[in-house]
Amino acid sequence: MEGRWNRRYDWQYDRIPSGCGLAAIISEAGRSFGGEEIIQSICVLHDRSNGLGGGFAGYGIYPEKRDLFAFHVMFESIEAKELVDAYFDRNFYVEESGHIPTRKIKEITNAPLLWRYFVKPLDDSLQDCELCEEDFVTRSVFHINGEIPGAYVFSSGKNMGAFKAVGYPEDVGRFYRLDEYEGYSWIGHGRFPTNTPGWWGGAHPFTLLDWSLVHNGEISSYGINKRYLEMFGYRCELQTDTEVAAYLFDLLLRRHGLSIEVACKALASPFWSDIDRMPEEERELFKAIRMVYGPALLNGPFAIVLGFTGGLIGINDRVKLRPLVAARKDDRLYLASEEAAIREISPDLDVVWAPKAGEPVIGRVRTGEPEVVGAEETVA
Amino acid sequence: MIIDARGVHYRELNERIREAVVGGARELKLTNVVGQRYIGDGLRGDVRIEIDGVAGNDLGAFMDGPTIVVNGNAQDHVANTMNDGKIVVRGDAGDVLGYGMRGGKLFIKGDVGYRIGIHMKSYLSKVPVLVIGGCARDFFGEYMAGGIIVLLGLNSNGRGLVGNYLGTGMHGGTIYLRSCPESYQLGKEVAALDLDDSDCEILSNLVEEFARDLDMDASEILNANFTKIAPVSTRPYGKLYAY
Repeated sequence: MEGRWNRRYDWQYDRIPSGCGLAAIISEAGRSFGGEEIIQSICVLHDRSNGLGGGFAGYGIYPEKRDLFAFHVMFESIEAKELVDAYFDRNFYVEESGHIPTRKIKEITNAPLLWRYFVKPLDDSLQDCELCEEDFVTRSVFHINGEIPGAYVFSSGKNMGAFKAVGYPEDVGRFYRLDEYEGYSWIGHGRFPTNTPGWWGGAHPFTLLDWSLVHNGEISSYGINKRYLEMFGYRCELQTDTEVAAYLFDLLLRRHGLSIEVACKALASPFWSDIDRMPEEERELFKAIRMVYGPALLNGPFAIVLGFTGGLIGINDRVKLRPLVAARKDDRLYLASEEAAIREISPDLDVVWAPKAGEPVIGRVRTGEPEVVGAEETVA
Repeated sequence: MIIDARGVHYRELNERIREAVVGGARELKLTNVVGQRYIGDGLRGDVRIEIDGVAGNDLGAFMDGPTIVVNGNAQDHVANTMNDGKIVVRGDAGDVLGYGMRGGKLFIKGDVGYRIGIHMKSYLSKVPVLVIGGCARDFFGEYMAGGIIVLLGLNSNGRGLVGNYLGTGMHGGTIYLRSCPESYQLGKEVAALDLDDSDCEILSNLVEEFARDLDMDASEILNANFTKIAPVSTRPYGKLYAY
């Protein structure tokens, strides 16, 4: 089993050629498949990362606990865990908690305590603060990450989970035993940290509720995005630019109810010169988006993949300063930084293309289960 | 000589290619290539390399003489600062192709991405050539200082052949488009012009070679209206540091 997606090469070289790599797969028929494929795909992009961060998210992986929020939490100490346990006991019904299953491998070291809780907010807690479940969970995530030293929530959605660590992605996937999970959608990331530390919490994906986001690039508008998000109660605690993108999608899609297409045009707006040439109705829409959501504009180079219940989005910055390739085969949509990462797992593709700058590629589960929450009802 | 690249790291693959060339190989075939980088980089000599699979980034960078044929798609940065030789891609290719290219030829049968042919340059007989059969995106020929780019858009089916910021900052070289771009697509430093006789001769020679290499019909390709994109200034900063 291990041999199939174990290290393909003997990585004896010390030169590190370039930036991050990302990959994603979704079955639009909602068919589940094991975590090996995304590991095998991201493994091709090994040389885009440098061993300082790797991670994954899988959707549909906890079908028996689909109605509970699955919290993945890392602890630097037992004391931190005790504080979080007490917090959960006060605010949530905890159906089950325990170690996140891992495999001891020599490539992944200095692991924090990794714990998983399947929980549901207590009715009393929800009534006391007059929040919906999702807002209550969001507030809990920010509370733990900001107020409990040495504790960090890295996954908090339903029937999905994020898995991340310091290491190369293929090792991180093996460490977290992703071959033992099955899901209909997977995203993966190998990190090459540039501006912020390579720590366990700084690996991608960044998550909130069932949103998970991986990113290659730099968000140079981080300051204005962070201040904007803070007005809506988001707290940026993770020492990296990428988290603002995850929270912006939560704000625009879940809380403001924008369609995916409109949200993407807020984050990666066309230039004013392009807007000026649009037909009047479209021009007014885009002017409104830029005026209302100016502080949500993501500036700088990026390729981003966002995972959510029932779907995937891949999007580039407005002038395509980072690579992103998309492909389809049967019911599958694939995204990756390089075509090779897709060909590795699906050599005979139906179609492969390079998405245009600022234009999202959207993959959706189209039949029956799993049910799409949040974004579905708001699609234009 | 055939080298099976499956599971071979790019460093080892490129070492094996170099050893083969030093050992006198003139025809190399690489099979099962899946994104290995730097193939043929800085390579010299009379060598032909055929690649089955997806060629990785920086294919043929700094290459100085060999011929590479890719029987699939190529990724980003093909022919980066290439000096001489030829690369033929039978599929599509990615972004930033022919960056700073100073000689040789790059032929892509299909579509390409953003920032194609930027910073291409030429001097006397060293004139790099880039011919693209499909369509391209924004920043085509940005900062171009020399050389020739031909964009055919054979599969365009009415959609635009090229994106915006065409030839932005361009101050040398020539671009031939098999269409007429909208004026808003042009960078401020270039103009869309008619072809003269010498342009037509250059263009038909290049298209014939392109069609020959890729089994296409040159006369059909040439039977269309072409536009020449050329700079309207020359070396605007040539004296910036001189006085």
